[in-house]
Amino acid sequence: MDQKRTSRRSFLTLAMATPLAASALAACGGSSGPGQAADGGATIWFLTGQPKEDVRNQSVDSFNESSEAGDLTVAAYQNDAYKTKIRTAIGAGQAPTLIFSWGGGSVRDWAEAGQIEDLTSFVDENPEMRERLFEAAWSPGEVDGKIYAVPHETVQPVFLYYNKKLFSQIGAQPPATWDDLMALVPQFRAAGIAPISLAGQSRWTTMMWLEFLVQRVAGTEAYQAINNSEPNAWSNPDVLRAFSLAQDLVNAGGFVDGFNSVVADQNADQALLYTDKAAMLLQGSWCFGSIKADGGDFVSGGNLGYQSFPVVTGGKGDGESTVGNPAQYYSISSKASEEQKQIARDYLANGVLTDEIATAFINEAGEVPIVNGIDDQLAAAEDGEFLSFIYDIASNAPFFGMSWDQALSPTAAEELLTNIEQLFGNPGGFTPQQFADNMNAVSQQ
Amino acid sequence: MSSVAVSAAGAAGSGGRGTSHGRLAWLVLPALLFFTVFGIVPLVGVFALSFTSWDGIGSVTFSGFDSWTSVLRDPGLPHALLVTFLIMALSWLVQTPISLLIGVFIAGNQRYRAFLAVLYFIPLLLSSAAIAIVYKALLDPNFGIGAGLGLDFLNQNWLGRPWLALGVVVFVVSWQFVPFHSLIYQGGVRQIPVSMYEAAQLDGAGRVKQFFHITVPQLKYTIITSSTLMVVGSLTFFDLIFVLTQGGPGDATRSLALDMYLRGFRASLMGPASAIAVILVVVGLVLALLLQRLGGKDANTSQLEGA
Repeated sequence: MDQKRTSRRSFLTLAMATPLAASALAACGGSSGPGQAADGGATIWFLTGQPKEDVRNQSVDSFNESSEAGDLTVAAYQNDAYKTKIRTAIGAGQAPTLIFSWGGGSVRDWAEAGQIEDLTSFVDENPEMRERLFEAAWSPGEVDGKIYAVPHETVQPVFLYYNKKLFSQIGAQPPATWDDLMALVPQFRAAGIAPISLAGQSRWTTMMWLEFLVQRVAGTEAYQAINNSEPNAWSNPDVLRAFSLAQDLVNAGGFVDGFNSVVADQNADQALLYTDKAAMLLQGSWCFGSIKADGGDFVSGGNLGYQSFPVVTGGKGDGESTVGNPAQYYSISSKASEEQKQIARDYLANGVLTDEIATAFINEAGEVPIVNGIDDQLAAAEDGEFLSFIYDIASNAPFFGMSWDQALSPTAAEELLTNIEQLFGNPGGFTPQQFADNMNAVSQQ
Repeated sequence: MSSVAVSAAGAAGSGGRGTSHGRLAWLVLPALLFFTVFGIVPLVGVFALSFTSWDGIGSVTFSGFDSWTSVLRDPGLPHALLVTFLIMALSWLVQTPISLLIGVFIAGNQRYRAFLAVLYFIPLLLSSAAIAIVYKALLDPNFGIGAGLGLDFLNQNWLGRPWLALGVVVFVVSWQFVPFHSLIYQGGVRQIPVSMYEAAQLDGAGRVKQFFHITVPQLKYTIITSSTLMVVGSLTFFDLIFVLTQGGPGDATRSLALDMYLRGFRASLMGPASAIAVILVVVGLVLALLLQRLGGKDANTSQLEGA
């Protein structure tokens, strides 16, 4: 009895003491999160991954050297983890001053939640900034006609890489049309070669096939309707037809066996191409550097070919439009102090993509910065032919479609990736109509 | 979270027996403090959040039972429950016999057995993420272990077919946790009095009979402990599946814990994700209680009767 009474009393005391101690603990958390700079300067978060990480750091360093308003403090995060990390940080009021993104749905979310600054007047005051960069790069940073994110870095279109050695082995030409592509499948299969490499487990890789097919078959407007989350955009008959074409390709054995177990993280899809196991690969311009670095003499030996995605005969879309990342983006946190915002604006106007940094992107990263009038510089670079190809795509494309997973809301993007995996993984049991029904249900929420 | 609750309940159960109580009760303060801050407070927060709608960055708005109705009506919930219970049952079925046998084996005092015990223990030292990344590379149909060893039957679409992917998850989970449970069984076996085996030998019982009539019954509580850890552990199993399959292909390996994360942090639906978290806690508590019941009401009866 005695024991029980004692323990109850001490329990009550503990229960009283706990919340007090808890608040003391919470106070320890304080305001020194990773988003805060030590000396009142501004903060910037971007992505890790060489060689671009070096160029990003170089850009911040040279800005800090000349900046009078204050310095930027850098924190870099791994690509896949960043998207979740930044959202949590913004939600917790710990956002950095300058927020890296790919534009589209996430910028819209942040803008609607009042977490990022409206930069329209800032851009209007600096017309030379706007004129200097690709015009097509600006729209993914806009929400309802207002600019919430400023583009920077490089343009990254998606196109068809191919292995020239394997094409000459079977005596075939790269596919100009979808019918050509379908005809190539049995030819490569007969030679014991996988026609197309695909890292299906990563899902966004598969998504790029659907994006191109929708643009080529259903046209630019249908693509935009999807990106704008218009009602019933997914059940457009032409979109459904595009999905059936994709399933036809799966059924014909177009993709490497077991493609749903191939992972893009370790560049296994690129390895299939340069080890002569697969003939074609639909990927972004960002892959060129690693194919060149990992493929031995594959690139230097002239075996890497590249061309735009084939045209679909009778489709509503043109053959020059492309999809991918029109640029990368920076937004300014509305929670930052006025001083921090000033530093951030200075950096966007005068530091983020100077001529020096643009040159570094060309020479060190092998990518095309979103700066007008650099074609001569690109042609003279080490991989001039490839860089000019990218520049031509970016400057000639009537339409540069943003990736669906960036353009859509996070809720819809997650549903989309799950459905894509089923569409390709289970072509007999999962119909385009089911896909459309699932997606329409999400976008109406 | 439920595993925290279970271990805390266990700690409280054994704490009440101290002789010089009074002052010693204060010793519980640090544990209670941490449990309150990191266990109870988030739990209450999650329960509250499940009645709101929140996208993680905007404002939190009260939405009544909206999250609950959307979660309970979603066919994804029964599917996630099914996947969770399948992983739970299959990994229990695979792990228990293997770890029981290994545990009995390494309980012997022979030198080579001690050496093998160290080898068996290695998977436990690796992080789940590292294990998942390595298995992903090993299972690559073109550059994985099948291609490396020239064994064609290992070149399967391991992560691309729903049932295969589920099997892979169970296999990798078991590979990681069998050492841990073997260790528990090893300890259990070593506590069985040698006199029982001696008596059995005198009565003419062979090795197999000794195993089934002495070892297994004597390990009753060890089996319950190990099973509780497996069952409750597989309920909150997340990191390995997340890295290995992301719940795919489609939703074939999308367990309840993964479903919660993907809804909350990928799809930014914090309300429904919180509702799933509450379901997860309830299921975990019910299971832990059931398993305790399975062990008989009076857990203090001697296992050594007749020894």
